[in-house]
Amino acid sequence: MSLLLIPLLPLLGFLVNATLGRKLTKTASGTIAVAAIGASFGVAVMVVWSLLHQAPIGGVRAIDQVVFSWIQSGPLSIPLEFRVDPLSSVMILVITGIGSLIHLYSTDYMHDETDGEYARYFSYLNLFAAFMLVLVLGASFPIMFVGWEGVGLCSYLLVGFWFTKQSAADAGKKAFVVNRVGDWGFILGMAAIFATFHTLDFQQVAFRASQLPIETSVGIVTGITLLLFLGATGKSAQIPLYVWLPDAMEGPTPVSALIHAATMVTAGVYMIGRNAVLFSHAPLTLNVVAVIGCLTALMAGTIGLVQNDIKRVLAYSTVSQLGYMFLAMGVGAFAGGIFHLYTHAFFKALLFLGSGAVIHALHGEQDMRRMGGLRKELPITFWTFLVGTLAIAGVPLFSGFFSKDEILGRTFASGHTVLWAIGVATAFLTATYMFRLLYLTFFGERRAAAADAHGAPAHGDDHGRGAALSEAGTAESKGHLHDAPMAMAVALVVLAVGAVFAGYVGVPETLGGGNRLEHYLAPSFVAPTIAADANGGIAVAPPVPEAPTAAEGESAGTEWMLMGVSVLAAFGGIGLASLIWFRNPRIADTMAARFGVLYRTLLGKYYVDEIYDAIIVQPIKRVSTFFLWRGVDAGLIDGTVNSVGFAVRGSSAVLRRLQTGSVRAYAMSLFVGVIVIVGYFLWR
Amino acid sequence: MPEPTLNSYLLLSAVLFSIGTAGVFLRRNLITILLSVEVMLNAVNLTFIAVDRYRGTVDGQIIVFFVITVAAAEAAVGLAILIALFRHKESLNPDAFTSLKW
Amino acid sequence: MDAITFWILAAILVVSSVLVVGQRNPMYSVFLLIVSFAALAGLYIQLDASFAAMIQIIVYVGAIMVLFLFVVMLLNVPTDDAGGEPRRMFGAGPRRIGAVLSAVFAIELALALVRVVSTPLPSSDRGAPVATVYDIGVKLFRDYAFAFEATSVLILVAMVGAIVLARKEAR
Repeated sequence: MSLLLIPLLPLLGFLVNATLGRKLTKTASGTIAVAAIGASFGVAVMVVWSLLHQAPIGGVRAIDQVVFSWIQSGPLSIPLEFRVDPLSSVMILVITGIGSLIHLYSTDYMHDETDGEYARYFSYLNLFAAFMLVLVLGASFPIMFVGWEGVGLCSYLLVGFWFTKQSAADAGKKAFVVNRVGDWGFILGMAAIFATFHTLDFQQVAFRASQLPIETSVGIVTGITLLLFLGATGKSAQIPLYVWLPDAMEGPTPVSALIHAATMVTAGVYMIGRNAVLFSHAPLTLNVVAVIGCLTALMAGTIGLVQNDIKRVLAYSTVSQLGYMFLAMGVGAFAGGIFHLYTHAFFKALLFLGSGAVIHALHGEQDMRRMGGLRKELPITFWTFLVGTLAIAGVPLFSGFFSKDEILGRTFASGHTVLWAIGVATAFLTATYMFRLLYLTFFGERRAAAADAHGAPAHGDDHGRGAALSEAGTAESKGHLHDAPMAMAVALVVLAVGAVFAGYVGVPETLGGGNRLEHYLAPSFVAPTIAADANGGIAVAPPVPEAPTAAEGESAGTEWMLMGVSVLAAFGGIGLASLIWFRNPRIADTMAARFGVLYRTLLGKYYVDEIYDAIIVQPIKRVSTFFLWRGVDAGLIDGTVNSVGFAVRGSSAVLRRLQTGSVRAYAMSLFVGVIVIVGYFLWR
Repeated sequence: MPEPTLNSYLLLSAVLFSIGTAGVFLRRNLITILLSVEVMLNAVNLTFIAVDRYRGTVDGQIIVFFVITVAAAEAAVGLAILIALFRHKESLNPDAFTSLKW
Repeated sequence: MDAITFWILAAILVVSSVLVVGQRNPMYSVFLLIVSFAALAGLYIQLDASFAAMIQIIVYVGAIMVLFLFVVMLLNVPTDDAGGEPRRMFGAGPRRIGAVLSAVFAIELALALVRVVSTPLPSSDRGAPVATVYDIGVKLFRDYAFAFEATSVLILVAMVGAIVLARKEAR
């Protein structure tokens, strides 16, 4: 069956909803959208099934499809080609599977919108899925880039979905513009790749790169990979281009779940995985990747600890977990990074959707300081949310544990002990802030504010939390809160199941599992020996992939010890969180007061946005206004055009005097002309 | 008395033409201006005939034929315009008609 | 004999032309122009262009000048300069320029024309074949047929134009 169908079906869903949406009922548009992505999931399952049963050629399994020849220009030949191999098979299942659940969830969540808006939402959601699928299925850089840009566009559209709200519109713009900076790096990287390898097909690039020696200093491959990584930081919200993601929470919660948790932000990780051979040849870049990933994880974790908006906490948590994935990629554990991507998709989507259910039940309330005690009233939401929280905290037996442990283990084994330590600290922080979130939201007494006396939390004013505790619940909280409606509940439950069991494909050998995922993914990360032609043949006979599971020099004992440390970190975080927010919330207030400066810095997100604004945004604005707008545009260009007019006007004012209206004057000038002409012929 | 040569005729024609031109510029009566134009035309006619005689052809006379015809048409139309103008402004001074200036 | 005729006729021609330009009363100008045309016709005859001479008398004098006379008498044309218009645009200065320019032009033209090779006209060639009307007619309707037809259209146009232009605005 056709690979083309996988992105095509959601694209068709987009077209239908975009053109006819306003005339369709909500049921109709919702059904179309869910059906489109659901069908795509079905096709994806079938494709992966056939891939699994394909006899590997030299260890390689892939399904290839060339749709048509897109660009043919001299040496550059780019067909519209899709390719499924183990790596992209994982991706398409995640995108379509979790995507379908989120589409289903949205049918209830967005129900308050008008018909037209509802359809518009679903058209964008389908379009996003289509582009994301193109991104992961593309067999060459340009195809991936089409998807890359497309998801950026859809992110803008969806984050700014409620564009009449100024903050939402701004957030959409910010997402797009910051992404664009990353895309610039990506494009330059692509150009450099073409200049160096004269091809843009992934297989070919990998093959040709594998012929090169591994660079020990800054060389061309390092440059290329750094540029590509810049693109990844933009798309996957790492330092320095992560600033758009927290703001992107302005969009509807299912959007946050799909785009900013499960799929789009993982594009950067996928891209590195796809070009594993290239990156493997630039250890310097890999170091950069690991360091940045690690630092981002830590930084985001600290910020998430003090945020009051439930979605912001989850946003920073996403940035933090993405940091883990990049850490994995950076130490060479490509399969580990993808493993975490996969488990994270489950539990992060679950967490976001759960928070969406909370927000939905509270009619739009997002500030955790006004929540509390929802455990009894929203049981389904609570239990699924608990599962997600346990998973992200890295509690054993849940999926997050296996993937996070894999990453930390490989980090330690590769010798990056400092990074490992930071990773463990971040795991501790993760558990802490996630359980903080859980307790604030679901436990204790309802703290809805009577009159909205507490202003915007951005000012770092945290007194409200302490004061609000003593308030009795108001009339709002006394009312019956309805738990998640059917569609939302189904999605939550399925994801919860996934959050538990999804990790079992990657259980490491020390625990008895075969780490099947890693074996499955391994061929995707090595180079083919003979590259294919541009007409879509498949690479032949790659070298036997080195068994990456047996981490060099790591004994089973070390692995047990590392695992123990991870577990300790997880439970330590849970314990700390319970101590404060479950037992005695006032401790948090006192600590906030004691470490006022630190607290405010964290609450203000290290003021990164403000710094960027001052250093980058304002100067650009100033230059644009004064120089480009007034100087060049109004002055130079308008001036030039206007001066033509002025010149004409001026000269005509002079020449106008010739029109005296006196016939004789005209005759005179005529006569003078005659004299001149006759004179001319006379002198010849 | 010297024999008239071609040059004498041509010279005569030149003199006549300039007299006509002077008349166009110096008179302030439209009719007189038109008459001066006729004088100019006649000068040209003289040139044609003279050269014609010199060369022994008859083309000149034919051209003169046409010139006279056209002069007739032109005089007719010119006088018609003149009449219309006179009706409008009761004056035949060309300086009176200046409404075409900017 | 021819020389004397020439000079007399030439003199009449020039003098009457100057007077045409110089007369105040347009009526006199018209009559003087008729005189100059007559002299011109005489010159044509001397140049063996009898056809042209006759055409000149009949058409030019007989029709066009009569037309002029009609108009002059119709309009009761006042004598010159009675318009009373302020001559701010064509005062004495420009007029003198006009006169000077005319003189310049005359000289220029003369210079141009006398560059033509000066040969005596074969005037006393009585035996030479004189162009007859027959010859002219043949040439006219053969070589210049198109011009002839076009001229007829021109006359038609002029006729229509004159009627339209000169009629009273009777609304």
